Amino acid sequence: MNPTRTHPLFPVLSFLFVLTLLGGFLALSFSSLHWEWHWDSVWAYREKFLRGWLSTLLLSGATLALSLPLGLALTLGRLKGWLPVRQLCTLIVELIRGTPLLVQILVLFYIVGSALGLENRFFAGILILSLFEAAYFSEIFRGAWLSIPQSTLTSARAIGLTPRDTFTQVITPLALRNCLPPLASQTASLIKDSSLLSIIAVTELTHVAQEINAFTYSTLESYLPLAFAYLLLTAPLSFLTRRWEKSLAYAN
Amino acid sequence: MQIESRHAGRCYGDRWAIRDISLVVPAREPLLLLGPSGGGKSTLLRLLAGLEIPQEGQILVDGKPLSPNESDLRIHRRRLGFVFQDGNLFPHLNAQENITLPLIRAHGFSRADAIARAHTLFERFQLLTHSNNRPAELSGGQRQRVALARAMGHDPEILILDEPTSALDPEMTGEVIDALETIRNEGKTLVLATHATGFARHLGGQVAFLQDHHLTWTGPTRGFFEAPPTEGARAYLSRIQRE
Repeated sequence: MNPTRTHPLFPVLSFLFVLTLLGGFLALSFSSLHWEWHWDSVWAYREKFLRGWLSTLLLSGATLALSLPLGLALTLGRLKGWLPVRQLCTLIVELIRGTPLLVQILVLFYIVGSALGLENRFFAGILILSLFEAAYFSEIFRGAWLSIPQSTLTSARAIGLTPRDTFTQVITPLALRNCLPPLASQTASLIKDSSLLSIIAVTELTHVAQEINAFTYSTLESYLPLAFAYLLLTAPLSFLTRRWEKSLAYAN
Repeated sequence: MQIESRHAGRCYGDRWAIRDISLVVPAREPLLLLGPSGGGKSTLLRLLAGLEIPQEGQILVDGKPLSPNESDLRIHRRRLGFVFQDGNLFPHLNAQENITLPLIRAHGFSRADAIARAHTLFERFQLLTHSNNRPAELSGGQRQRVALARAMGHDPEILILDEPTSALDPEMTGEVIDALETIRNEGKTLVLATHATGFARHLGGQVAFLQDHHLTWTGPTRGFFEAPPTEGARAYLSRIQRE
């Protein structure tokens, strides 16, 4: 415990100071660029930009909804599966985690996708990204699961719980708390990872920004709002997780 | 319900934790497992409780060999109560939920019946004011009493306890010992590994003395303390009493 007391306004003032410092640094950098801002040319594309943003939101939401259960399935396969299933799941996870997403998107879309006759880019994008994120989620789930003390699991056996009840009543609530922070940060990564789908021309936020840049030649005016738009999605995520974490908190 | 170990042995890797253990858990009488640490007391308790299966010999329940099938073992475990050294309560559940979880999930109680049962147990173990506390908010003695209440929830005939007081300071040990005495007086069979020899002597019943992975003596508790039967028992008792 820290015995020194601080003024209640101190954190606010301190935050404003840090913000000014960072803002000043950025402003200084930009002013040395002698850039002529042309916001008006970009402003004309605001509706297109908004549609791109909504598209990224939808893309990320669908990917999250699909990759969480898929990640859980991979974890179950790796921890509890029959040996070939275990090997398959481990191989998938290692392949995905060991290669760049960019390559995976190209290979899965142009080779596997064409072979399967999958032509809807938006839908294919969700599938590819879901597989990628599922591998990372699976690692998070696995770590959280393995961090549950053996004594707790023995206790569940001693009171006669079935494996299914042990999973739903003991492992899941305990593991959930352990994996919340990495899960939130991976979800933020997921949102940003979706930008790579622009290379197979999925009309999401980054792709739209690239188009606007190509039309207007206003690079910074196209990409700065892009960064801000991603921040708008990822910042509330960290805020919400912190609150959720607090509500689940208990001392060990 | 009668549990018997017949020539049971269990090894971990290439090391035998216990070997050739034959004993019958006496009905309605405490069975005290005594002996130096590392002698195999915990392993024997886990075998009797169906938490592990022997690689040699067998465990008999009411005269029939205990099947190594996990669902049969689960049925066996549900007939017993088991208390661990440090309670092993679920950290995400409060005291009451720790009691009601097995009642609802393993013993078919309705939620209301389970809560009523928890209430009765808390009353008996003086825990009523703590029913909403999580394990981290309880003292060691309180935690262990909740663990006792959890093991007693479904009113088992046999209660198996693995050093239930050795993680506690003397005052808290007293709380738990009082609770155990109440349970014994209700006619439950206690199978108990312990180093608390004063309490063990007071409980009476039978002693099984384990040393170096073997059962070296069984007999009445009284005789064990009055005239330690083996050289190992004498050495163990004088070491314990010096502490």
